[in-house]
Amino acid sequence: MQFFVNLGRDTLNWLRGVGGASIMLFQALVGKPQPLKMFPLVMRQLYVVGVQSMLIILISGLFIGMVLGLQGYTILVDFGAEQALGPMVALSLLRELGPVVTALLFAGRAGSALTAEIGLMRATEQLSSLEMMAVDPLRRVVAPRFWAGFISMPLLAFMFSAVGIYGGYFVGVQWLGVDEGAFWSVMQSSVDWQHDVMNGFIKSVVFAVVVTWIALYKGYTAAPTSPGISAATTQTVVYSSLAVLGLDFVLTALMFG
Amino acid sequence: MNSRKIELMVGVFMAVAIAALVFLAMQVANNTDATRGATYTLSAKFDNIGGLKVRSPVKVGGVVIGRVSRIYLDAEYLEPVVEMRISVDYNRLPETSSVSILTSGLLGEQYVGLEPGFVDDFVEMLQDGDYIVNTNSALVLENLIGQFLFSQGND
Repeated sequence: MQFFVNLGRDTLNWLRGVGGASIMLFQALVGKPQPLKMFPLVMRQLYVVGVQSMLIILISGLFIGMVLGLQGYTILVDFGAEQALGPMVALSLLRELGPVVTALLFAGRAGSALTAEIGLMRATEQLSSLEMMAVDPLRRVVAPRFWAGFISMPLLAFMFSAVGIYGGYFVGVQWLGVDEGAFWSVMQSSVDWQHDVMNGFIKSVVFAVVVTWIALYKGYTAAPTSPGISAATTQTVVYSSLAVLGLDFVLTALMFG
Repeated sequence: MNSRKIELMVGVFMAVAIAALVFLAMQVANNTDATRGATYTLSAKFDNIGGLKVRSPVKVGGVVIGRVSRIYLDAEYLEPVVEMRISVDYNRLPETSSVSILTSGLLGEQYVGLEPGFVDDFVEMLQDGDYIVNTNSALVLENLIGQFLFSQGND
């Protein structure tokens, strides 16, 4: 009996959370567009969310590409198929690792920061002060951060894939001696712009919305105490990672299944 | 941090992203695909298409001229029909041409090989929607082994 009570309570809480998050996003984004006010705010957030995440994305992309090159080579060379290293590296980066690892790193690097920042604004009553001054904190604080995450994550995913492919090229061709012409030409003949690059782009747009949304909602509804903000930050990283990995399976099944 | 520095850094960020996108477009993906531009459709009936898939290439002497766009079973005769989209750059294929389903390498993917036929006064060029009559089906390994064993038994 107690089990059903708990299950029902959890379901209702979850539904309440989803509804609250949807209302928050709707109120933040839908309304009279104010491009002149919005542009500098989005610019500043692009710097915080996008530019400052660039270094970790580029370095992780390079190393993941290099590891793919190394691992792929040792397996493919057994079959005498090391020319297939190019498509292996490029397809795994463009279809899977680029969007997914970027989203996970983004959740850890930028999502947690967004949650902590907004949670602290709530705790120090900055959001209430904004409301007192008749400034809507959803439009002023939440919306620019959402757009910045929405814009920057797909771009970061492109950078990740490009740098990763270069890392795979570096290890495979420069170090292990795969033929350079074969590496690029076999890659070009098997990577399709629409099917591989654009589907990866769609994935990273979906992940961008989900990760930024979770981070903003968790920060906006964080309990205004030190443990509350700490818990909200943890939940942001955990929930967005789980959501990204789960959605990735669904999207992969839809796109490439 | 003043806003000019922020704008500069965001500009650099955008430039790197665009550079990555251009790299992916030019160096990684194939944009020179034969089926990018205008195409026309040809069909061919086979007995067996083996492992041919939609988007498999159609080649003449190794050069890709189009791709398989659709594979379906003829409702009346239950024969597999392969529909191909061929680039209009190659619209001078005579109707005496033959198509066969071939395999690139020992374990490679299967593709449609088109062998252009002879041309004389009575031969017309293939138009959009035409059927190629002269077809050779895919080699199926099991049938091949079966034939080999059968011919061994005759000796």
